[in-house]
Amino acid sequence: MNAYYSELFSFHLPEVILTGGALLVLAADLLLGKFSSEPVRRALAALLGMLAMGFAAEALSPYLRGDTSALGQLCLLGLSGLTLLLIAGTSRLRHPAEHVALTLFATVGFSLMVTANNLLLVFLAFELSSITLYILAGFDKSSPASAEAALKYFLYGSVAAAFLLFGFSLLYGLTGEIELAELGAKLSVLPASPLLVIAWIMILAGFGYKAAAAPFHLWAPDAYQGAPAPSAALIAAGSKLAGMLLLVRLFAEIGFSPLGPALQTALALLIAASLLLGNVAALVQSNFRRLLAYSAIGHAGIVLLMIGIAPADPQMAFGDVLYYLLTYGLASVGAFGVAAVLEANDARGQKLSDFAGLWQRSPFLTICLLVFILSLAGVPPLAGFFAKFNAFYDVLGSLDSAALTSSPFFWLVLLAIAMSAVALYYYLQVLKQAFIAPAEETRPLRIALPATTALLFAAAGIVLLGIFPEHFLRLLF
Amino acid sequence: MTAFLPILAQTLPTGETPAQPMLLSLLIFTPIVGGLMLLLAHKLHPTLSRLLGLCFSLTTLLFGAGATIIMMEWLGTAPMIKIPPQLNPFKIQEGEAITQSFLGFNYHLGMDAISLLLVLLTGIIAPMCLLASWKVKHPQIFFGLMLLTQGAALGVFLALNFFLWFLFWELSLFPMFFLIKLWGGPGAQRAAYQFVLYTIGGSAFMLLAFAAIYAATGTVDFARLSAMANVYGPSILNEKLAVLGGAVPMLAFLGVLVGLAVKVPMYPFHTWLPATYAEAPVGASMFLTAILSKMGIFGVHRILWPNFGEQLKDAAPVLIWLSLAGVVLGAYAALRQTDLKRMVAYSSINHLSYCLLAVFAVYSATSGTQADADSAFAGTLLQMFNHGLSAAALFFCIGVLEDRTGLRGLHDFGGVRKVAPLFTAFCGIAMFSSLGLPGLNGFVSEFLIFRGVFGVKPWAAAVACLGLLGTALFFLNFWQKVFHGPTAAHSAKVADLSFREVLVLAPVTVLMFVIGLWPQSLLSLIQSKFF
Amino acid sequence: MNLLPWTIYLSFIGASLAWLAGRRWSAPARWLALLTALGNLGIIGWAALDFSPAAETQTLVDLPWVSFASYHLAADGISMTLVLLTGIAALAGILFSWNITHRTGDFFALFLALIGGVYGVFLSADAFLLFVFYEIAIVPKYFLVAVWGSTNREYGAMKLVLYSFAGSALVMAGLLWAGAAGISFDMNFFAAQTRILSQVQQTGMFALIFTGFAVLAGMVPFHTWAPTGHVAAPTGASMLLAGVVMKLGAYGCLRLALPAFPLGLDFFQPLIAALGIAGILYAGLVALVQTDFKFVIGYSSVSHMGFVLLGLAVATPRALAGAVLQMFSHGIVAGLLFAVVGRMVYERTHTRDLHQLHRLPLFRMLPFAAVVFSLAGIASMGMPGFSGFPAEFSILIGTWQHNALWAVLAAIGIPVAAAYTLRVVHLAFFGKIAAEEISSADHPPLPPTTWPERLGAVLLLAVSITVGIHPGLLLDWIVPALQSPLMQIVSNGAAQ
Repeated sequence: MNAYYSELFSFHLPEVILTGGALLVLAADLLLGKFSSEPVRRALAALLGMLAMGFAAEALSPYLRGDTSALGQLCLLGLSGLTLLLIAGTSRLRHPAEHVALTLFATVGFSLMVTANNLLLVFLAFELSSITLYILAGFDKSSPASAEAALKYFLYGSVAAAFLLFGFSLLYGLTGEIELAELGAKLSVLPASPLLVIAWIMILAGFGYKAAAAPFHLWAPDAYQGAPAPSAALIAAGSKLAGMLLLVRLFAEIGFSPLGPALQTALALLIAASLLLGNVAALVQSNFRRLLAYSAIGHAGIVLLMIGIAPADPQMAFGDVLYYLLTYGLASVGAFGVAAVLEANDARGQKLSDFAGLWQRSPFLTICLLVFILSLAGVPPLAGFFAKFNAFYDVLGSLDSAALTSSPFFWLVLLAIAMSAVALYYYLQVLKQAFIAPAEETRPLRIALPATTALLFAAAGIVLLGIFPEHFLRLLF
Repeated sequence: MTAFLPILAQTLPTGETPAQPMLLSLLIFTPIVGGLMLLLAHKLHPTLSRLLGLCFSLTTLLFGAGATIIMMEWLGTAPMIKIPPQLNPFKIQEGEAITQSFLGFNYHLGMDAISLLLVLLTGIIAPMCLLASWKVKHPQIFFGLMLLTQGAALGVFLALNFFLWFLFWELSLFPMFFLIKLWGGPGAQRAAYQFVLYTIGGSAFMLLAFAAIYAATGTVDFARLSAMANVYGPSILNEKLAVLGGAVPMLAFLGVLVGLAVKVPMYPFHTWLPATYAEAPVGASMFLTAILSKMGIFGVHRILWPNFGEQLKDAAPVLIWLSLAGVVLGAYAALRQTDLKRMVAYSSINHLSYCLLAVFAVYSATSGTQADADSAFAGTLLQMFNHGLSAAALFFCIGVLEDRTGLRGLHDFGGVRKVAPLFTAFCGIAMFSSLGLPGLNGFVSEFLIFRGVFGVKPWAAAVACLGLLGTALFFLNFWQKVFHGPTAAHSAKVADLSFREVLVLAPVTVLMFVIGLWPQSLLSLIQSKFF
Repeated sequence: MNLLPWTIYLSFIGASLAWLAGRRWSAPARWLALLTALGNLGIIGWAALDFSPAAETQTLVDLPWVSFASYHLAADGISMTLVLLTGIAALAGILFSWNITHRTGDFFALFLALIGGVYGVFLSADAFLLFVFYEIAIVPKYFLVAVWGSTNREYGAMKLVLYSFAGSALVMAGLLWAGAAGISFDMNFFAAQTRILSQVQQTGMFALIFTGFAVLAGMVPFHTWAPTGHVAAPTGASMLLAGVVMKLGAYGCLRLALPAFPLGLDFFQPLIAALGIAGILYAGLVALVQTDFKFVIGYSSVSHMGFVLLGLAVATPRALAGAVLQMFSHGIVAGLLFAVVGRMVYERTHTRDLHQLHRLPLFRMLPFAAVVFSLAGIASMGMPGFSGFPAEFSILIGTWQHNALWAVLAAIGIPVAAAYTLRVVHLAFFGKIAAEEISSADHPPLPPTTWPERLGAVLLLAVSITVGIHPGLLLDWIVPALQSPLMQIVSNGAAQ
């Protein structure tokens, strides 16, 4: 028994380190916070948080080779780490230690989502990350918008969790198993039943919420808009990556091939709705964050497209989703980071027009924004382009090449490509403000060192992942 | 590379011809270089640049004389009209006819008797035009552009490769465009635009036709096409073209025809001419009518006859009627004009239509003798030369009137004879030369044309007589209204010719007499066995 | 020869340096850009001396890159021709942008980034790589037009970039489909692979890829971005747009769509030819009635690119050679026309309305511009002695060999070109010729032309005349390249 626990402990060392780190952050703040000013407290909390992340990453390193989920965890740590830097560099909120600690807890949840092998644990991890994110979304207690964001996120999230739980319980009821591997084995011999379809549709709904796929997207614009920037970044980047990796794993482990057509149709509808709604609604947004939210919906469509091939080739789907959402996450964190820097300077960074004249105020920030937005738009040589191309290439490659045109996924890929051309319009609206419009406010922007670091890392990551994608992808296959 | 040159014409010999190093190039490029120099050095003193321009222009006469001496050796040894059609041998050649380049761009010049005649005409007329334009504003640029036009015209007369030919053909256009536009009369803008557009419109079809020829044969070298016809028979080109499509031989013929017809101009492509000639400055009008219009007729000899003999024969009835329309309508339209310049412009249409008439009649001859054909052919060549002399002189004379009084209406003058006797004499000679008075040059050429055409197509000659009548009428009217009668108020201002103006008119007047009285002098250049 | 990839790298390095330098000073940014362009031209010249035209493309770099594509750069005669065009157009563009003072560094950085992308496209031997460079070249256009442009610039820029991006979306769809069907993206393998594709696949892929690229080549009815974009763009950018960027589209058609899917070409040949001819005639006629000086040139670009498309559609070796030569020629001549309109005239008179210009004695005020524009106009009409002539002639020859009617219709474009060019020469430069009639107070003298302008104009004119008189210089590169197995497929396929 002891040996079993120690093994478990060493296997979950990263999560343990993160949890310990979170507690340490809280404790340190409790002890030292009274004697120091707000910025120092924030710096200290972030520093400790970063250290915890670093140790967690270090603990992961033995597993990196040959274990793709470890790589997924590492990516999640990286994205959360960038969020921490944003907290340190841009946030003015009170209780920074709690902010940091919650981020760490959320990261624990993400990490568990990637590794969980048991339906119960899956649900727990899912909820752990969700609940911390609800709190994070409402962390700005001075802002009604933040409260609204948290409430909406919470209400939709809890319903989604209920759906998910219902789906899981149906699976359990059908098979009597909660271990994913055995569940999969039992399911594969089970005759197709309407219950199974319902179970899967429930599960898809739960994850659709996590990915902000239409029609489960309603929370996203308000949450993106109202949540404090670092929290929004975490929701956009880490939470989505973890959720989708989990979904890939579910599909990979327990597969839905016996139920192919029905689920495929449901998935296809979800994809088409997300692509259309996200990209078209984004066209009319004048709020930067809402624009990002709708663009996220559009991206969710592409991610679900990749998940569609998970039953056929889980390894490839996992790699593609990881690569896609990593680059997407970097760009999102970066974009929210730029907005956060603006907010920190002017107390406004919501409207598109708030970005006007950015090129005069900070060329560095402009270039970073350029990289993030163009990566989201999928312009080479940035990573977003390669991720998208790679995804489409693999999706089409996994189809039967002789009957290509009869597969819905072929047409969905075409739709996604068409929508990426539409998307360029709204992405350019952002860049137009930042790069072309004259500034109303010409005061140079002050960017704190942590924020600079975060933006620099994100931008460099996007450029390097875009130019040398193979160096990353090779780790996966 | 060979895959791109599929066709047989590539390796045919063009016959042994002695190359004359540089002479033809010098002929063409001396005026062009001179023109460019004047344009670039437009800050030069006006008089100096005028003199320089004149010198450059005169080189054509000099080199032309040289070429004549070289050509003498061969002249008169061959029959003029060859059936089946083919080019005259080029006694002076330059450049390479055999081409390996992708588009057959090669530098190939050659001179035969017709070219020589036109080169000499250019050599005489071009300096005359410059002298006539001595007092224009910005002479540096004017003279420069004139020299460019001169070089281009010479290039057309000497080029043996279509590309080169077409290069010079189009090059003649743009200096003229600016000459008309910048120095012309009040309607010059429109006239210049019309002039260039018509010509380019026509030449686009010619270009298209040559694209077809190239696509079919792989060459656009005139000598080479002719050699091809010698080896494989005269209809080889049509057979090759027909490979591209049944209608292509006719289309190609029509393309070339339209390009040339616009330039001459042949009825009904003449509508650009009166306005252009009337609005152009004097020197440019002279050059236009004397030299540039000849380019079209020259093209008929150089391109249509050797290559499209069959189509020419088919289309001849129509073409002859169109030429007759030019002859008759040109004359009667001239009769209706009250603007002297427009009158002379229409008379040009009339005179050039004689040339076309003779050419088409001869080329389509089904009856008649070799002598008739030769006569008509010699007539066209001579008419080209004569028209150049007389039309240039007439335009100059009207220029003199306009220069003195600012007017050129038929009814603005009267009694000029008394005020300016010298001017009257010169103008009268030019007029009667143009009208075809025996003893002057015009008579000889028109006689030859009529004789020849009567031999092959009697009805055409009969109709053309109407044109003769019209010509006589309007010239006499001109003579009557302007030079006779009471001295009008404006006429009093017509001072007699200055030395420079005499210098312009004297040489051509002398030539009118020489050719009129001793046509052999010129005909021997073309062919010796007449009369 | 192996230095040729450095044109790409040098452009991007130059772009970064110009951006850095431009943050404080404008002169160094300018000079850096000029040096970069000269350096590129030097590299190209060196490579050209070293270049021996052969049927096979000469590989410059071939490194493994991603699972389905390699970083494979290669050059053959066609690439060399267009790389040379890019080098010249870039140099001229920089010379004509010498007076940019607003955000100089940004301007030249974007300019050079665009150029770098263009070099990349012309040197790519891998379809995916080509596509990547192609997209890299799209985005800088937006900023160049939207920041430094004139009339309606944001609209023009957006339209331009959305059209381009929509086009590249089609290309991407086509490439993905081809990839899914088992085609490797290495262009050297196209020839061997096409026979695994069915008629339907080839037709579909061809339609996507050709249309996608043809949008940028200004194919009717997708041409409408071109006039608006050209008009809105600043001089240097419109020179690049017309001179180089439109060529990217045509090059993509020639390099990807034609050799990879010969059956698709067979199927769409009449349609493409019809659209090409429609472009020649329609855009020419529209140019005839414009009142904005730059719109005339914009539409004339579409008209001239119609010849390129016709050449591509006909796809005989001669027509293809003509099409490539026309790309080169139009790149030089259109660049020059835009330079005169945008830089020499508009920036001095601040109007492009032809009727307003007509009231100015512009011929007297800007004699250099008038002469250059007249010559460039003559070149643009396709008159012999200038580069357009052998190109259009070659296309006409090829078209005759294929379809007589097409040839006749296309030839009508020549007088139409003459008509609108002469009209605009007349209206813009030779309005009031008698300057004496106008008191000098009405028209204060305009600033004289500067030496960078003169240098640029002389450079472009000299190139056009050199190629016009001796087209063999380029044809000796182009023709062997058309005999590669890859291109043989094109002409064989079309001949079937």
